[in-house]
Formats: sequence, C-alpha cells, structure tokens
Amino acid sequence: MLVSGHTAATFAAKWLGSAHEVVVVTPNAKWNWIPSNIWVGVGQMKKEEVTFDLAPVYAKAGITYKQAKAVSLNPEGSASSNKPFVTVEFTEAGKAGTTENIEYDYIINATGPKLNFGATPGLGVGSELGEHTVSVCTADHAVHASHELEKCIEKMKKGERQKFLIGTGHGMCTCQGAAFEYIFNIEHELNRAGVRDMADIKWISNESFLGDFGVGGLHMKTMGYSVSSKIFAESLFTERGVDWIIGAHVNKVESGKAHYELLDGSMGEEEFNFSMLIPPFAGVGLKAFDKAGEDITATVFAPNGFMKVDANYAAGAYENWKASDWPSTYQNPTYSNMFACGIAFAPPHPISKPMSSPNGTPINPTPPRTGMPSGIIGKAVAHSICDRILKGENAPLHEASMANMGAACVASAGKGLFNGTAAAMTIYPVIPDFEKYPGTGRDTDYTFGEIGLAGHWIKHILHHLFIWKAKLKAGWTLIPE
Amino acid sequence: MAGKKEEANIKAYSQNFTTMTPGSFAKKMRTCVIFQFIRFIVINLKMLVVVSKSH
Repeated sequence: MLVSGHTAATFAAKWLGSAHEVVVVTPNAKWNWIPSNIWVGVGQMKKEEVTFDLAPVYAKAGITYKQAKAVSLNPEGSASSNKPFVTVEFTEAGKAGTTENIEYDYIINATGPKLNFGATPGLGVGSELGEHTVSVCTADHAVHASHELEKCIEKMKKGERQKFLIGTGHGMCTCQGAAFEYIFNIEHELNRAGVRDMADIKWISNESFLGDFGVGGLHMKTMGYSVSSKIFAESLFTERGVDWIIGAHVNKVESGKAHYELLDGSMGEEEFNFSMLIPPFAGVGLKAFDKAGEDITATVFAPNGFMKVDANYAAGAYENWKASDWPSTYQNPTYSNMFACGIAFAPPHPISKPMSSPNGTPINPTPPRTGMPSGIIGKAVAHSICDRILKGENAPLHEASMANMGAACVASAGKGLFNGTAAAMTIYPVIPDFEKYPGTGRDTDYTFGEIGLAGHWIKHILHHLFIWKAKLKAGWTLIPE
Repeated sequence: MAGKKEEANIKAYSQNFTTMTPGSFAKKMRTCVIFQFIRFIVINLKMLVVVSKSH
C-alpha cells in the first residue's frame, strides 16, 4: 500500500471524518517515495530522504494503522457471522506472526505488487532479491545497490574495466522506466567520478522496441513532426554511449552472467560486473473464501494474483482490444463492496502488443499502473466509497479509466542542480485509443516530451512536493495526484 | 580526426546507425539555465493542462 492506497486512505479519512473508521493494513513501518529510490541507488540521496514513519501520519489523520499483511479475504463472512472480514498477519516487532480478523463494510485492495524475483532462476527466491544482481525496488535495495556501485567505481579508478547490465529480469516485466532512469543515472555518476571511459554499459529489456515503456510507446509532437518515442530513446542511448538488447526474456542469472532468449527464438548470454534487473510483478497471493470456507480465490482474483475489477477480461486477441476494455470504477464484479487500485487491480490485457518467441515464450511488457494514474484511481475509489457511506448504497461510483486519463512522467537521466537532466513527458490518454485517435492512439496535442535541466528541476521539486503531500502537511489536498 | 565528438558513438551499420543524435548546440541548450528556466515554465503549464484533463 503506497501511492494508491495511501491516497485512498487519507482522502477517505478526510471526507468521512471521525464518525467512521478507516483502517490501513500495511506490512511496512515506513512510507517510501519509490521514484527517488533511483537517486538512493547511485548514492545521491540517503534512505531517510525517501522514507518516513507511517504511524505518526496516520495518528494525525485519525486512521487506525495496523502494521500487518493481509493474507485472506472472507467477503461473505464466516459460518458464525455475515460480516465480511480480512485476515491479517502482523509484521511489527512483538506481534509478528499473530493474526487478526478485521471486519469491514468496504475494502480497498491496494497491496502493490509482489516483487517476483523467483520467476527467473538466479534473480532471487520468491520476493527476495538474489545475490547476483541489485535492485532499486525498495529503499533498502537501493542502499545496497549504491554500495555495490561504489565498489565498481573504486575498481575502475584502479584501472579495472567494468561492465554494467541494466534492464528487465524477465520477459513479462513492467517498470522499464525505472530501469531507464537507473541506467542513465549510473552513466551520469560514472562521468562525475571521472571513470566513464572505463565502463561498458548495456541495456537489456523485454520491449520490442526502445521507448515502448510498457505503454506501446508514444508519439510526441516536435518540430512539426509526430515522432515516436523509439527515435527519442535510441537517440539518448546513442548519445550516452549505451548499447542495447531488446525483445529479451532473461531466463537465468548466474554470478556475473545473464542468460536470455530473444523474440527471434535465439539464445544469448551477457556478462556483467554490476547488474540491476527489474523483477516481474505478481499479486501478493491473497486468498479468498466464501461463507462455507470454500476457496473462491479464482473468482475474486485473476490467475496472476491481481484482483478482478470492472474490466473486460474476455477481449481476446490484440486485434479485438479496445480502450473501453479498461476498468473505470475498480469495483469487484462479484462483491460490490470490494475495490482494487494501483498495481493491485488485474488489467484486462497488456498495453503493448503481445509478442512471443518461436519457442512460445511470451516476451512483452506488462502494463504499468503506477505513478499519477494510481494516485488518481485511489482517490476516485475513495470518493466512490465515501459517497456510498454518506449518500446511500446507490450513489453512483466515480470513474477514473486509464483510457480517459493522461499521465505526466519525469524520468531522471542524471542528478545535479545545474548539470542534471530528465525526460519530462506527458501522455494522453495512457491507454491508446485507436478509434478516437487513429494512427498513434493518442492526442498529440497533449502528448509531448523533452529532455533537459528543467525536467530535473521538476523531478526534484516533485520529490519534495509528494512527500509533503504524503505526510499530510498544510495544503496537501491542493497538490494533485 | 575531423569528425564531430557528438557523433562519435554512432557505429556504422550497427543498431544505432539509423537514429538521430543531438549536436553541440542542442546539448548545450539542455543545461543552459536561462533557456531551461523558460522550458521549466512551459513544461509545467503543459503538465498542468494534462493533469487537469485527468482529474
């Protein structure tokens, strides 16, 4: 529960007031502004700058906070009670391992993802990072990554050439943007350290073309042209001397070596001294049971573990996909008092065109549901629930479809007040709508991007702005998601 | 060597041979404080429009 769940909980507490109880269940003691983990991972920020304690913030907001993880849902209650409940297992010191059943009237599933390192042999076990690569998915991972990077820089200063491999660690990953930011921040830091000439830097990802970013790429209007993000991405990679491997499913990681399969079915391997490979995401493994105790997990959740919502899961082949397949209210179709937002909702299908190798291995990005859209979705879901509580059970639900929503994204390419750069982009809508916008699928009047120092300033200001908002400091509701 | 530094990373007939690369002026403008301050305002306004269309 991070951006989406935190947004939903804090707005719900504000709108409902003290007459109703808002309970947050999260296994974490600290909130983490994940976008800035990139800067922690290159030693340009400390962990304390991207995290803060949740307990005092929720105490201030009047939210009941339980440091625990949800393990199962009983949306019909149990044999002895009709009241639905969620079973949680505490993670805080002193209560770790103990469980509690929490009854609810409405529930929002905003668990975020399970970091599924275990999907790739050698990348990790289950949700635990392995020993061969680093990660920037959590603040602790990023601290570890910065230490490993520092070791490589020291080796280069002593004349030992180092090879960096950054990208996605599986054919079904999302979050290419985070890896994109990390590779260019590393390149920037190596320049700063005066050792860039001692480094070979390579990108590896499951995108079928550079600049896909899990959204099928985007076209930006510039110099009178509508230009594909592929052109911009290839340009930046070339300018910064970064080679790339695309259409790759990393299928095994060993010490200093990654094995992969490409979209053409060929196999390859790449050696490295330092590697950050994003893991695929999965649902956190919540179970669901009916009143009789029968397992109804397959009714409530999709096979990937994410919760089913009001999406069209029967769209079928790519040719049949429509923007309207995407959910708008995030209400579970079976239980109307259950909602899912952020990464926790099951998308109807990818955004990028699905592809697979001749060996049948699927290799394509899965859809991102993070950042600005997840915040907007969390707020809309909170609004819907508050309306139903305050105005009655038939109050209309609020809508926030990614097919009618834009997103602003700032991808850092190096930190520095006067020499930093970032790619500032907007995309509208997030889900391409080829019926409404034939050709590019997007409105190019509202889809743009450029790289420069201004983008870095925006990224740094947003860092402080969103942490201010998350801490519920003065005027937090005025800061848009 | 008479070649331009900005084009040195392009490798003939490799995967990056067909892309565009910025010249020295374009690269300088990326970190020119005065120009970037103007871009900062422009980008913020553009983002605010998209944010307002999305809420």
